[in-house]
Amino acid sequence: MSDTNEDLRGILLEQVERLLTDRSSPNLLRATERGEWPAALWAEVEALGLPLALVPEAMGGVGLGWADAVAVWQVLGRHAAPLPLAESMAAAALLAAAGITPPAGLIALALPGEATAWGRQAGHVAAVQGGEVTLHAAADLTWQPGRSLIGREPADQAMLGEPLARGRVPAGWGADAGLLAGALLQAAKIAGALEAALDMTVDYAKTRKQFGRPIGGFQAVQQQLAVCAAEVAACGVAAAQAGRAADRRGLAGAEFRDRLGQGGGGRGSRDRCRHHPPGACRHRLHR
Amino acid sequence: MAGLRFDLRDTPEGAPALRAELRAFLAEAGKDWSPRVRAYSWMGFDRDFSREVGKRGWIGMTWPKAYGGQERTALERYVTLEEMLAVGAPVGAHWIGDRQSGPLILRLGTEEQRREFLPRIARGALAFAIGLSEPDSGSDLASLRTRAEKVPGGWRINGRKVWTTNAHLCDFMIALLRTSPITDPRQKHQGLSQFLVDCRLSGITIRPILDLVGEEGFNEITFDDVFVPDSMLVGQEGAGWEQATAELAFERSGPERYLSSLPLLTAALDDLRAEPAAPEAVGRLLARAGTLRQMSLAVAGMLQEGKTPAREAALVKDAGNDYEQALPERLREFFDPGRTPPEVQEMQGYMTMVARSYSLRGGTREILRGIIARQLGLR
Repeated sequence: MSDTNEDLRGILLEQVERLLTDRSSPNLLRATERGEWPAALWAEVEALGLPLALVPEAMGGVGLGWADAVAVWQVLGRHAAPLPLAESMAAAALLAAAGITPPAGLIALALPGEATAWGRQAGHVAAVQGGEVTLHAAADLTWQPGRSLIGREPADQAMLGEPLARGRVPAGWGADAGLLAGALLQAAKIAGALEAALDMTVDYAKTRKQFGRPIGGFQAVQQQLAVCAAEVAACGVAAAQAGRAADRRGLAGAEFRDRLGQGGGGRGSRDRCRHHPPGACRHRLHR
Repeated sequence: MAGLRFDLRDTPEGAPALRAELRAFLAEAGKDWSPRVRAYSWMGFDRDFSREVGKRGWIGMTWPKAYGGQERTALERYVTLEEMLAVGAPVGAHWIGDRQSGPLILRLGTEEQRREFLPRIARGALAFAIGLSEPDSGSDLASLRTRAEKVPGGWRINGRKVWTTNAHLCDFMIALLRTSPITDPRQKHQGLSQFLVDCRLSGITIRPILDLVGEEGFNEITFDDVFVPDSMLVGQEGAGWEQATAELAFERSGPERYLSSLPLLTAALDDLRAEPAAPEAVGRLLARAGTLRQMSLAVAGMLQEGKTPAREAALVKDAGNDYEQALPERLREFFDPGRTPPEVQEMQGYMTMVARSYSLRGGTREILRGIIARQLGLR
């Protein structure tokens, strides 16, 4: 599916890139971390048809594949996009795969044992447990305060009641389809964030002067950044490869978990070391 | 974005059939290869084997049929290399000719040189050595001093080359030589030229260098008034540096830059099943191999399109060397002298010693990272 969508993918990526360059800012990120829903930005991604991009056309979507999604998610990661678009896209894809027509608007993705990002803002919640997917109206749920695993956006635990609809994903999606989709989208976002971190770090190394010259002029720094560049490239390749494998062999065929775990973790901390106000790093993802 | 892009590629449509053919051939040819032979992999030198490979059209596969090639794609060739490396086939007698000397002759050689050398390389009948490094010029290759002076009808060579792996067994080398003296140290990249040199010419002495492992594959060649005719100049006089840089893109681009120690993993699999913690480690190693393979394939794809992906190749080689160096040590943790078969232990021991060289040969880690830093705009 995704292999024949090259043109569409290119157009979409360009639109997302442009939108986030214009709209995603440190101020917006700070606001979302205070719990303010980025309504205007969400309206724009919805206008682009992004939330239903992975849903087949017959169900009202665009019919893109996982490989296309990985490319989009990488852009989200590169801009530290402060909205749960990747999760909503994955939720819609899982619903559609389980035979449930995904509703419009934000669909929060509820995975076992994890707090659901922006759940209280969602119109609907898709809960995935093993191969079973259920659709819930968010207004019908009760929420317990929770905490996001990684991000700082609001994330709460949903107490699930009787669903609006219930279905199962095909066997090829594996027994952990929800977790795999979640891992894939995180992997892609990490790969994108690492690209941005590399760019920023290189820029910083070119401008920050010590001992009378840019620190990037020192071989010791150059060599570390070269290693970093190799790992960043490897993470991007691993994520893209996982998306392609998911399209070809089902989500269970994706091959990403290990590589991103290694490259992401190790390299992230190395990059952070290069920027001296460590707390500023996250916000500096917005240039 | 500052980094390099690696677009995913697919192996060609006919790959499964080609793989099946290769596997059948290698299963038969390799039935008596000891773990030690497999551990040598592409440093192993076996002319009979290379001739058999040549007979099947698997050397110089991408070259025009007029020069003994098969006109197949770079990605088909890639599939062939993968199969050879996966089983640690002793491909050394044709590896350099197939990988860099042949392509260099094809691209820049005279018609006479192409007709004389390429068909013999493709038959597996002509082994090439690399003639780049010198005792005082390794990473700083352009400072090399071995010189070729113009004499009537040809050139007279004096000087020394090292790291000429298996030169004592090879027929020819392509030597990078100084044809004009360095007048300004900043312009040392100029005045270099490449020559085809018969390793058995009068005036050539090949002296073995005993290495840490106790082997003499690595050696030193001394040129003492060696005469080569004009017809042996490759490409343009004085353009040797640019030519050799392009040659290095070939030298660094292949899957042998991350697969050197993979035969150990294959050989050890059965034994590793006895260790509860091994599956996770093996899974991680294979996942990383999968990523490196995609990056390496991306470079092969760029070569196929006629590009010179020198920087991408440097990056994949650097990441690949880290991987192939770490593999023997990672697996060692799971080996048990009382249980692990002796041949696996022997292979592991050998690889632990030679793995140091993985990040030296073909360009050191530091040089490769310098190339990547240049790509990042830091140099």
